Amino acid sequence: MPVTTDASRASRTSVGTHAVEVIGVGKSFGPVRALDHVDLHLDDGEFLAVLGPSGCGKTTLLRCLAGFERIDEGRLAVHGRAVALPGIHLPPHRRQVAVVPQEGALFPHLSVADNVGFGLPRRSPRAQRSRRVDECLELVGLAGLGQRMPHELSGGQQQRVALARALAPRPPLVLLDEPFSALDASLRVELRRDVRDALHADGATAILVTHDQGEALSMADQVAVMREGRVHQVAAPEEVYAAPVDAWVASFVGEADLFPVPDASADGLVDTPLGRVEVTGGVDDATHVLVRPEQVVLGADGIPAQVRTVDFHGHDALVTLALDDGTLVHSRSGAHPPVVGARVGLRVQGACRAVPGGRPGPAPAPTPAR
Amino acid sequence: MALAATAVALLPLGYLLLRTAEGGLPTWWETVATERVARLTATSLLLALVVTLACLVIGVGSAWLVTRSNTPGRAPLAVLLALPLAVPSYVAAFTWVSVSDLWSADPGARFEGFGAAALVLTLYTYPYVYLPVAAALARVDPSQEEVARSLGCGPWRTLTTVTLPQVRPAIAGGGLLAALYVLADFGAVSILRLDTFTRAIFTALSSGFNRSMALTLATVLVLLTLAILWGEGRTRRAGARFSTATVSRPAPALDLGPWRLVGTGTLALVVLTALGVPALSLARWIAAGSSAGQAWDRIGGAAWGSLSASLLGALLTVALALPVGLLAARHPGRLSALLERAAYLAHALPGVVVGLSLVFFGVTVALPLYQTTWLLALAYASLFLPLAVAAVASAAAQAPPSLEEAAQSLGTSPARVFTRVTLPLTLPGIGAGAALVFLTAMKELPATLLLRPTGMETLATRLWSATGIGRYAEAAPYALLLVALAAIPTWVVVRRTGIVPAGAAGPLPGRAVPHPADPAPVEPVVSP
Repeated sequence: MPVTTDASRASRTSVGTHAVEVIGVGKSFGPVRALDHVDLHLDDGEFLAVLGPSGCGKTTLLRCLAGFERIDEGRLAVHGRAVALPGIHLPPHRRQVAVVPQEGALFPHLSVADNVGFGLPRRSPRAQRSRRVDECLELVGLAGLGQRMPHELSGGQQQRVALARALAPRPPLVLLDEPFSALDASLRVELRRDVRDALHADGATAILVTHDQGEALSMADQVAVMREGRVHQVAAPEEVYAAPVDAWVASFVGEADLFPVPDASADGLVDTPLGRVEVTGGVDDATHVLVRPEQVVLGADGIPAQVRTVDFHGHDALVTLALDDGTLVHSRSGAHPPVVGARVGLRVQGACRAVPGGRPGPAPAPTPAR
Repeated sequence: MALAATAVALLPLGYLLLRTAEGGLPTWWETVATERVARLTATSLLLALVVTLACLVIGVGSAWLVTRSNTPGRAPLAVLLALPLAVPSYVAAFTWVSVSDLWSADPGARFEGFGAAALVLTLYTYPYVYLPVAAALARVDPSQEEVARSLGCGPWRTLTTVTLPQVRPAIAGGGLLAALYVLADFGAVSILRLDTFTRAIFTALSSGFNRSMALTLATVLVLLTLAILWGEGRTRRAGARFSTATVSRPAPALDLGPWRLVGTGTLALVVLTALGVPALSLARWIAAGSSAGQAWDRIGGAAWGSLSASLLGALLTVALALPVGLLAARHPGRLSALLERAAYLAHALPGVVVGLSLVFFGVTVALPLYQTTWLLALAYASLFLPLAVAAVASAAAQAPPSLEEAAQSLGTSPARVFTRVTLPLTLPGIGAGAALVFLTAMKELPATLLLRPTGMETLATRLWSATGIGRYAEAAPYALLLVALAAIPTWVVVRRTGIVPAGAAGPLPGRAVPHPADPAPVEPVVSP
């Protein structure tokens, strides 16, 4: 998927060639700039996650795509058809963009089967309708529950029905608005996998909006990281994690320790508080070296440090260490972490990434293991 | 649309002020600054004060006993305590007078005056306090009380420092309703012959045809009503934020020890007095009446009159309530809040004032409407608009915007979204609101007396005229019918407060389960 932050180039090169196009879209609520020149492209069958902290504009983007909000500038196209330009607004029901809302929003007065069949063409034959309804229910693992009423389902089942309802009319685009946030952690992992599989099995093009980096990284083909109305980076999950475009993305997506360096523009060996490390992927304005916790290996020798805290997750543990000069470093250790207060040695394994600093965002809280 | 609907609700008030302004302030003051008006004011305010205080004692006490103590028999008592709401005040007054007439040793000593009015009004008004307070007590998060107990507060201190402050809005709201109800009551004070504003206004108009006197008295009554509303609003502002946590477990009941039997006895005494006297009286007079033979065609005619006028009133009210309620539910903002409040202001106006104002309006402005059922329907709409607005707003909450958005995103046009999603979800609620207005209008008395077309009789007016000339046996069947009708909206209110044991009030299968975070509306629906 070509990614560009240059709006003019995007509109010149890509009109009509993608399933979904978001080109230079801007949207303000009074003085608040909710979307600031947002550019995104999706190919057919692709699954994009829009990841960002709350208030970053990701839900506004979704509501603009669905047609619930008007855009101020730019252009939205679905399947080669412009659905929104400044002053032109295709109403939601004519966009063929199906939404899976946060709470599911099943129609409480309709049975599960009627909910799923809601968006199917009214005049299609009954047998054809019920075949597609059954197919979609099976896709989300709820075969045979068509006659239930929504309130007879658990929260996870309701979300599955909401997904089936969105998939049933085979829309060119499915939008998922934090569909797992109201669910138990244990349920979430299973449902994520099933939802991703159902979307792939149906060949649907989908955008997931979430503030949960684990959700975005584990489910999507592509991840767009948003902050304050801007898209910072769009890339495959591995790339966003391994090669973040700036310090903010680095610290928002996963645990990160960032060490300022005088000159990281060239690849090679750089001195950091963790010793001399190998730096790759340096760009001109790089100011920080990114070290991921799994790169910090604890042992008897190396840079001396003291264990401050241990967040034990079962399969691994996140260890916070203090160097002698007070610098804090994180390390992901195995199932047998050192005890608090122990003195250990540490060293950095593998090459590190140099990133531009930008304005560092508030460090996200460590995501608990799920 | 919403503006126009609110304007209709405020028409009586506006017209009243207009007419008063025409007369000029000096003339108005001349009529007001008399000994008679001073006496009326004192009587009305004292009655409101005494009854409200008594209602607060009975209402809060019984609410606490049935929700928070181990008083034996509290489950059936919880429902029985709400039932006096089903007895319209003039029916209650009629039954008390007719019972006391029957067994009184001295035929000259009729049951009437200040004490009689205060007793009757208290016994049939305290549910306005009891219901919201019981509902609020049942919803208070028990964990807060547990925290207080764990921090060393005894049961009594926990009650006064943690529990009661949380239900204070319910207590204040219930007290306000009771005070407004007493101030607006016309039937009971008239039958019990206590001179208050409502009775004086009616007498000035109907027997003396003294229109300017009636108008002036009405403006003073409106001022008193506004003063009470204002005072209550000031107490409310102090503590606005309360936990709305959904309660997943019932609060623990306090063991009263041997006192629990005293609790049962007191509650039973209240219920027996409030319900026993009407039951006894009606049974006695129905028996007497059926032996004397009743004019069934008269009852039929009155029932038809009640039915047609109330149906028209209910339809008009709901038509006006739709825009206001939808606006309030969908676009909450300053304008919609203002419109909603204006509709409630009209609700606080005594029926006799609304009736009086519309009589003038009909005679001078809308002559074609005068002496038609339409003007009566307009009065009902003005009086009961808030009931319908509340019903529409809570019905609209059954169809949140996310459902409509989901439907639209599936390619459904706005018109079809309305017919397939919004309408099926909101229609039951709106229908219930219409039924509520219909039943409430059936037992409205003062505005009906003033505005009914000549020759038209309703159940309430028949009861009124029969009581007025002491024909209790003739009045009894109307009283019975009215109580039966009023029992339906009462049951709806009782169910909504959630004090009825689970199962009896569970959601219907196949229907939307209300979101637990939504506070159940506890606005009592039986209007003065």
